[in-house]
Amino acid sequence: MTTRKAKPPIAMLAELTHRCPLACPYCSNPLELTRQEAELSTDDWCRVFREAADLGVLQLHLSGGEPATRRDLEDLVRAARDAGLYTNLITSGIGLTERRLRALDAAGLDHIQLSLQGTTPEMADEIGGYRGGFARKLQVAEWIRQIGFPLTLNAVLHRRNLHQLPRALEMALDMGARRIEVATVQFHGWALKNRDALMPTKAQAEEATRIVAEARARLKGQLVIDYVPADYHSDYPKRCMGGWGSTGLNVAPDGMVLPCHAAQTIPHLRFETVRDRPLAAIWFEGAAFNAYRGTDWMQEPCASCERKTVDFGGCRCQAMALARDPAATDPVCIKSPRHLDLRARADAHAAAEAPLTYRSAPGKPVATPAE
Amino acid sequence: MDPGMDPGAIPTLPRGVRLHRDRVRDQWVLLAPERAVTLDPIAHAILSEIDGTRSFAEITETLATRYAAPREQITADAAGFLQALQARRFLDLAT
Repeated sequence: MTTRKAKPPIAMLAELTHRCPLACPYCSNPLELTRQEAELSTDDWCRVFREAADLGVLQLHLSGGEPATRRDLEDLVRAARDAGLYTNLITSGIGLTERRLRALDAAGLDHIQLSLQGTTPEMADEIGGYRGGFARKLQVAEWIRQIGFPLTLNAVLHRRNLHQLPRALEMALDMGARRIEVATVQFHGWALKNRDALMPTKAQAEEATRIVAEARARLKGQLVIDYVPADYHSDYPKRCMGGWGSTGLNVAPDGMVLPCHAAQTIPHLRFETVRDRPLAAIWFEGAAFNAYRGTDWMQEPCASCERKTVDFGGCRCQAMALARDPAATDPVCIKSPRHLDLRARADAHAAAEAPLTYRSAPGKPVATPAE
Repeated sequence: MDPGMDPGAIPTLPRGVRLHRDRVRDQWVLLAPERAVTLDPIAHAILSEIDGTRSFAEITETLATRYAAPREQITADAAGFLQALQARRFLDLAT
């Protein structure tokens, strides 16, 4: 295969574990979860962090599952900082104590991203499938503020809680967050089971866009707002991963190296693990990374589109899920022959009524909606 | 003087924002939550002067002297750069 030499990645998402106390119906982890016995060891992760820094990674996102489930989280943060990486912890807050947060502070943790399932205990605990989770999260946010960690609040929004967006913005200010991610649920993996329960209406999506624009102007210099719109209702697809194999990579709990967190839904791709091969070799030479790198793989209408290096044809995993072809134009795009069909399906999902189908995991009790 | 920049304001990099030498790409970057901002030599020179004690006016004075550049030019460039960082919460200004 002839490929132009790719640039080194800037960011790495380390999915330390798939274990998680929550059972969110939009969980972004794959349908088949990695069991604890198969997770990389502390030493393996520390080596991967050094390989990542040598490769050119600057930003390390420690995620999961719930990364606080790993008892060695503090050691992993220290190793990542020693390697020269900027360390960001992506957490629900469950499993963090004041003592652990102070240990993470001492280990050099740079930043915390705290997820928000709702702005009331009733909403948050129902969506997370974990009673008491909201109260715990507020306590963790207070410890974060006292210690002085920079904080991003990550509000995950969908049809059931989009009306809480104004309150989520207020909560970010109350918590002293510098930044909020307003992320409309992306429908991959487990979330596909919940489209009837969670798909926002087009009116909701437009209202969210209006609220974000107004808040960005009003809170300039005070709160930075990153916004992920409801893409089933958009005209153009998202620039997924900034372009496949161009800026970021994921390492799964068992060491598999993925171009994005959902890449394993593309059946023809073959992935490699950090147990067998150096990270740099996988990034530059791995078949999965080169499969959709650049623009040579594109079909029409992408191949001749003036936006082809703007959004790179959208999301490969979404093309797989909705068009059964990972090289197709993301059906979100108005130029896709499947766009009108997707619009109709989005409206049908949004008009449907369905109970939440909670994320299940091996050996974990199934969550049930609160009374 | 840029109307939006108080000469007496003291710029500081808040916790979670730091200069970093990117040895792979052989350049300076500003690391911040979810972002890595590539710094050209001028941007790096400005940020290197920030010590949490000296004012914007003192910093631009130092830079103008060191680079033998017109002070008005340095002031305008630095104000634009620092205000853009402040808008992204990568910089605090104490007045």
